[in-house]
Amino acid sequence: MSETAEKVKKIVVEHLGVEEAKVTPEASFIDDLGADSLDTVELVMAFEEAFGVEIPDDAAEKITTVKDAIDYIEKQKAA
Amino acid sequence: MFGHLAAPRRVVVTGMGIACPLGLGVEHVWKRMTAGESGLGAIQSFDVSQLPSKVAGQVPQGPKAEGKLDVAEWIPVKDVKKMDRFIQLALVAAEEAVQDAGWLPQDEEARTRTGVMIGSGIGGLPTIYEASVQIYQGKTRRLSPFFIPSALINLASGHVSIRYGFKGPNHSVVTACATGVHALGDAARLIALGDADVMVAGGAEAAVSEIGMAGFCASRALSTAFNDTPTKASRPWDKDRDGFVMGEGAGVVVLEEYEHAKKRGAKIYAEVVGYGMSGDAHHITAPSEDGDGAYRSMKAALASAGVRPDQVQYVNAHGTSTPMGDDIELGAVERLWGDAAKGLAMSSTKSAVGHLLGAAGAVEGIFSIMAIRDGIAPPTLNLDNPSRESPIDRVANVAQQRKIEVALSNSFGFGGTNASIVFRKAA
Repeated sequence: MSETAEKVKKIVVEHLGVEEAKVTPEASFIDDLGADSLDTVELVMAFEEAFGVEIPDDAAEKITTVKDAIDYIEKQKAA
Repeated sequence: MFGHLAAPRRVVVTGMGIACPLGLGVEHVWKRMTAGESGLGAIQSFDVSQLPSKVAGQVPQGPKAEGKLDVAEWIPVKDVKKMDRFIQLALVAAEEAVQDAGWLPQDEEARTRTGVMIGSGIGGLPTIYEASVQIYQGKTRRLSPFFIPSALINLASGHVSIRYGFKGPNHSVVTACATGVHALGDAARLIALGDADVMVAGGAEAAVSEIGMAGFCASRALSTAFNDTPTKASRPWDKDRDGFVMGEGAGVVVLEEYEHAKKRGAKIYAEVVGYGMSGDAHHITAPSEDGDGAYRSMKAALASAGVRPDQVQYVNAHGTSTPMGDDIELGAVERLWGDAAKGLAMSSTKSAVGHLLGAAGAVEGIFSIMAIRDGIAPPTLNLDNPSRESPIDRVANVAQQRKIEVALSNSFGFGGTNASIVFRKAA
């Protein structure tokens, strides 16, 4: 697992209070990890803070799974 | 408007819960209180070097098994950050109250007939402070999406309703230090008038923070002369009193329509028989000197209860330990009780837990009910030298065994708002 993936997983576990094993790449924040819409707003803010990236609202709306988050952040960091 | 009612319905108390500076749990707190213990101490949780008042009553930190609070034992980690501490304390007290009442209905009809009315004096003040700092630091975009719902006063009621599925009236009271009594009284009326069969009602406050302390220091309301002897700082009616001591906590009760409680075989602590309110129309923070507001509030409460002053054996006073307020209230009680004053016991439990602001009326209502249940008037700690004599027994320093059938509890708030509630021993 990449460094980004590890860090994303850690943030999700902390913020949503879920078991690490449940945080698979395919896991949906809302459908699988018990988040509501405000939780996802806060998660995206936590990603921004941790990785020093800007995630505009229209991009944030498309981040619904753990993998979406990892991919978006890695793309931003590569750019 | 109320044409559907043949007569107001009777309302009883079937469950109680407390989180306060003496700890968690009604029995635990009451045992400590009647033993004359104090929950006040030096503030450790933040820097008080710039504050003239350095004492407060904070809910003790520790495991549930010791009657202390570890929030993680009560609320999922994920949810803790979504609520200011006052909401957390409300949830803790509500959990005890509904478990005590055995009222965890699973059917839709019962849930829709159960409401919540938990208020707060000032709500999520520390949360607002932190958000302000963040904005000042230029981190406006980093503000938590939970900031507003964490600070809103009615979210205590909201969270309790969500946790237990209570779908009846969802309401909240905000009347400064009179909040707790207004919440209990108004909730009882909703039941009496048929809006609900059960109400989870009370008050919660957690303003022992830098901004809360600084604010009350600025209005010259807090004790400053006892920073080295915190347990001596709250001393209602004593000649050396110099202001109130801020406390935090929550009190929640389950109020229930009498027949509803009887039918399910619920334990009945007491009946809510009277409720009165008044406004001073005088000053934003000071009570009217003649005690007229307090007098009319108590008089209205006794009238609605249909009891005479001589039928009341115990008064839980507002008695905050301020130089002005204590004797004004004492005068109002003496005037209303007249000759019956010499048979009356009146104490201020704020001497042990401090002033819980919006939670005060709720926890003191519970203490009044416990006084009825056990026939014990809790003490007024530190009442060593009364600033003036009175025929009323103010239960100085040591609890008293007394036959208590009817008790009245007072709460008065900034803005000149007064409320009194009357409880009677369950028949």
